[in-house]
Amino acid sequence: MEITPEKLRWIYTTMYRIRRFEEVLLEQTVLGKSMGVAHTSDGEEAGPTGICAHLTDADWIGSTHRGHGHCIAKGVDTAGMMAEIFGKYTGLCKGKGGSMHIADFAKGMLGANGIVGAGIPLAVGAALSAKLKGNGTVGVSFFGDGATGEGTIHESMNLASVWKLPVIFVCENNHYAESTPVEYAVSVPDIADRAAGYSMPGVVVDGMDVFAVYDAAGEAIARARAGEGPTFLELKTYRYHGHYHADDPHTYRLPEEEELWKARDPLPNFERRVIEQDLMDEVELERIRNEIDQEIQDAVAFAEESPLPPIDELYTDVYTNYSNSVRGLR
Amino acid sequence: MTEITFRQALQRGLREALDADPNVFLMGEDIGKYDGAYAVTQGLLEKYGPDRVRDTPISEAAFVGAGVGAAVAGLRPVVELMSMSFSLVASDQIVNMAAKIRYMSGGQLKVPMVLRAPTGGGVQLAATHSQSFENWYASVPGLKVVTPSTPYDALGLLRSSIEDDNPVIFAENALLYATRGDVPDAEYFVPIGVADVKRTGTDITLVGWAHGIVTLMAAAEKLAETGVSAEVVDLRSLRPLDMETVIESVEKTGRALVLDENWRTAGFGAEIAAEIGYRSSDYLDGPVARVSGTDTPSPYSRPLEQLGIPQVAWVIDEIEKTYGI
Ligand SMILES: Cc1ncc(C[n+]2csc(CCOP(=O)(O)OP(=O)(O)O)c2C)c(N)n1
Ligand SMILES: [Mg+2]
Repeated sequence: MEITPEKLRWIYTTMYRIRRFEEVLLEQTVLGKSMGVAHTSDGEEAGPTGICAHLTDADWIGSTHRGHGHCIAKGVDTAGMMAEIFGKYTGLCKGKGGSMHIADFAKGMLGANGIVGAGIPLAVGAALSAKLKGNGTVGVSFFGDGATGEGTIHESMNLASVWKLPVIFVCENNHYAESTPVEYAVSVPDIADRAAGYSMPGVVVDGMDVFAVYDAAGEAIARARAGEGPTFLELKTYRYHGHYHADDPHTYRLPEEEELWKARDPLPNFERRVIEQDLMDEVELERIRNEIDQEIQDAVAFAEESPLPPIDELYTDVYTNYSNSVRGLR
Repeated sequence: MTEITFRQALQRGLREALDADPNVFLMGEDIGKYDGAYAVTQGLLEKYGPDRVRDTPISEAAFVGAGVGAAVAGLRPVVELMSMSFSLVASDQIVNMAAKIRYMSGGQLKVPMVLRAPTGGGVQLAATHSQSFENWYASVPGLKVVTPSTPYDALGLLRSSIEDDNPVIFAENALLYATRGDVPDAEYFVPIGVADVKRTGTDITLVGWAHGIVTLMAAAEKLAETGVSAEVVDLRSLRPLDMETVIESVEKTGRALVLDENWRTAGFGAEIAAEIGYRSSDYLDGPVARVSGTDTPSPYSRPLEQLGIPQVAWVIDEIEKTYGI
C-alpha cells in the first residue's frame, strides 16, 4: 500500500512518541510520580500506529488497560495523558480516570479500560452508530490475547457480523496475559482463525512490522467504510516490560525469548527500511526523536507542575444534570 | 499461638482444606505459577499440582459458572477472582445460578463453592477496580457473605466456608493482606454467622466489618483518650447476619454508629442502622449514627480518592454530632 511522505513521518513520530512515553512513564512511576499502576506497551508500537494511520478524529477506538499506545496513535495529547497518570487536574479526565481509564472524546478515544474485554462492545456500539448515521466512520476495538477468553469478544464478533457493522477487531497478541502464556489459555494457534466462526475475514499480521499492520488495517478499514462488515486482525507482538511497572516478567518468561522479539523491534526496522529505500534520512529521523524527547520531557514537567483536582471534583461528573451530594458523613 | 499475616492465614486455610478433603480444588487467573495476584496461593501449585490448583483463562463467567457446576456435581471448588470488581462479569452465574439452584431444584442440589476475591479501594486503582459489592451479594437469598477483618477470623472462617454446603462469597479486603495477628497453631474453625466483640466498652457500640474494623478500632482508641468507652462489634459475615450480638451491645451502651465503607445509598450499613433503630429505639440516646463511603465512583487521584473513604476522624466527628460525646 502506498504511503505518503507525511504519513511516513507521522508513523515514525507516533511510534517513537509511544516508545518514549512508556519509557519515561516507567521511570516516573518508579520515582513515585504516577499514582497508580502503569501498564506499558513499549514493543507493541507498530500495532496502534499502523491501524490509527487510517483513522480520523471522527472514527472511534475502544482500548484496554494497556492503552497509552492507543491513545497516542489516536492523537491524544501526551501532556494531558501524563498529567492524568500523575493524578492531576489538568489530566484528560481531571485525574479521575488514571492510566487505565484515559478517554478523549474529541479524539474519538472511547477510553482505556480497566475491565478486560469490556471495551470491545463499546467499539461495536460506536460502529453501530456510524452505520445508523451513515457517516462512513468506523469503530476499532483493541484487546489482548487474554481478553479473547471473555464472553464479550465472542458476543461482539457475532453481533458485528450479523449486523454487518463497520468495526475492526484488533487482537494484540503479545503472547501473555499477566503471567499466562497464550498457548495455555487460548485453544487455537492463531486467534485470527476464530474469525471464520463469525463469517468475517481473519488475518494474522506481523505486529512488529508497522508496514504489515498498515497494509492489513488499510484493507480492513476500507472494507468497513464500504459497508462490507467487520474484520478481525491478530497482531503478533510482544510487550517489552512486565505486565505492569512492578511485575518481574522473568518469573514466567525467558530473557532469551525477549531478545528474539527485541531483535525485531519496530523502530529500528522502520529506520532501516526507510533509509534503504531513500524515503527518509537519518538526519530527519534524529530530528523527530529529539523533538519527541523534548515533548515528553515537557509533558512530565507539565504534569508535575499541575495542581491536584479540587475537593469538589469528587462529587461532580457522576451525572450530567445533578451534583451528587450523598456523602459518607454529615 | 503464632503471629502471621492475613495473607498467610488464608494460605494456611487453603492448605488445610486441600489436605483435609480431596474434593477441594482451587481455580482462578494466575493462581498457579504466578502465586495469585495477591500471592495468597503462593507455592500451592507445586505442592498440590495443576489438577487441584488450576490456572484459568480470563473467563470469569465460565470458570465461576464451572465452579457452580463442579460443586453441584460433587466437588468443593474454591474459586479466586483477581478483584471483586470482576465478579460483575460472572454475576449471572453467582446470583442466578449459585444462589438459586438449591431452591429451584426443590432442595435436590447443593452448591458447596467458595468464591474468594479481594475487595475495596484506597490504592489508586480507580473506579473499575476499587469496589466490594459484599452488600449487593448480601441481599441475595441463597448466598452466604463472609467478611473477615483479622488473620484469626480469615483462617477460621475460610475453613468453615469451604466446609459449608452453600455458596459463600468470601470478601478479602486487599488492605488487610499485610496486617498481622495471632492464630492458634492447632486446626480451628470460626462459625459463619457469629459476630465478634473486638473491643468491649460501655458508652457506644461501633458496628462494622472487614477493613472497617481497622478504622473502628483506631476510632475506639482515640475515643478512649477523651474518656469515651467504645465497644466494637465485628459482624464477620453479612449473611447470615448476627443481629443478636449487635442488639445486645447497643442495649448495653445506648448509642450506636455503623460504618459501611461502601456506597451509602442502599448500603448494608443502612440495613444495620434500620434494624437497630427498629429493635432498640427504646434504649437509644439518639438516632443511629452512620459513616460510609461516598456515593461516587472511586476517583483515581489519591487525595480525591482518600476524600471519599471513611476515616477515623469521620467516626469521631459523627459520634460528636449525633450524641454530643
Ligand atoms: C474482567 C477482568 N478480569 C481480570 C482482570 C485482571 N487483568 C488485568 S490485565 C489482565 C491480562 C490481560 O491480558 P491480555 O488481554 O492479553 O492483555 P495484555 O495485558 O497482554 O496487554 C488481567 C487478567 C481485569 N482487569 N478484568
Ligand atoms: Mg496479552
